[in-house]
Amino acid sequence: MIRIEIGETPLDRSALDELGSLGGGAVASFTGIAREDDGISAIELEHYPAMTQASLASLANEAQERWPLLGLVILHRVGRIPVGEAIVVIGTASARRGTALEACAFLIDRLKTDAPFWKKEYRADGSAVWVEAKASDEEQATRWRQ
Amino acid sequence: MRIVYFASVRENIGIDAEDRDLPEEIASISDLLDWLAKQSEQYAAAFTDRSRLRFAIDHNMVTDEALLSGATEIAVFPPVTGG
Repeated sequence: MIRIEIGETPLDRSALDELGSLGGGAVASFTGIAREDDGISAIELEHYPAMTQASLASLANEAQERWPLLGLVILHRVGRIPVGEAIVVIGTASARRGTALEACAFLIDRLKTDAPFWKKEYRADGSAVWVEAKASDEEQATRWRQ
Repeated sequence: MRIVYFASVRENIGIDAEDRDLPEEIASISDLLDWLAKQSEQYAAAFTDRSRLRFAIDHNMVTDEALLSGATEIAVFPPVTGG
């Protein structure tokens, strides 16, 4: 089971429950949430619609080639997202925890550097700034390229 | 050839997409940026710091050395920040 979804509505976390019913012994998940810091009131996610689905599918395929997964889920929200709500949910199911945890870390680390999404932060005073990419994200993704 | 822009690059240039007939000597992404930068100050400013730009040809990420031959859609955008 592979489920990849990009949409403007709140993410459907029931997809993680489905991973638990695939007969494996482990489900690992990561949820990224719009943080309420620096007076941020909302964030907006822009993406490259013609490329996004294919780039996530390519990461999913790579994860399946590297680890024996029973299923995986990648859900990513776009558009305006209020603070406190989920931006991304990733889930992996496998026979054992090590595989599920590693594949989940791989998917979020590589999504951060390979998938065409861009965040803009809106502040309470009405100003808005594009989020800068972090060097630490590139380093974390690089460890999976070895 | 279609050229699309995203996020801060889109805002700096002021449009999200355009269709261009490229001169034959434009072989790579880098050549394309040089050529566009000569056309207006907005392009020149948006493309000044190339280390802060990323590119895709027909939906695959590439470097600025990638060749445009056979390409349908070129994308120019800042480093991605999803997740």
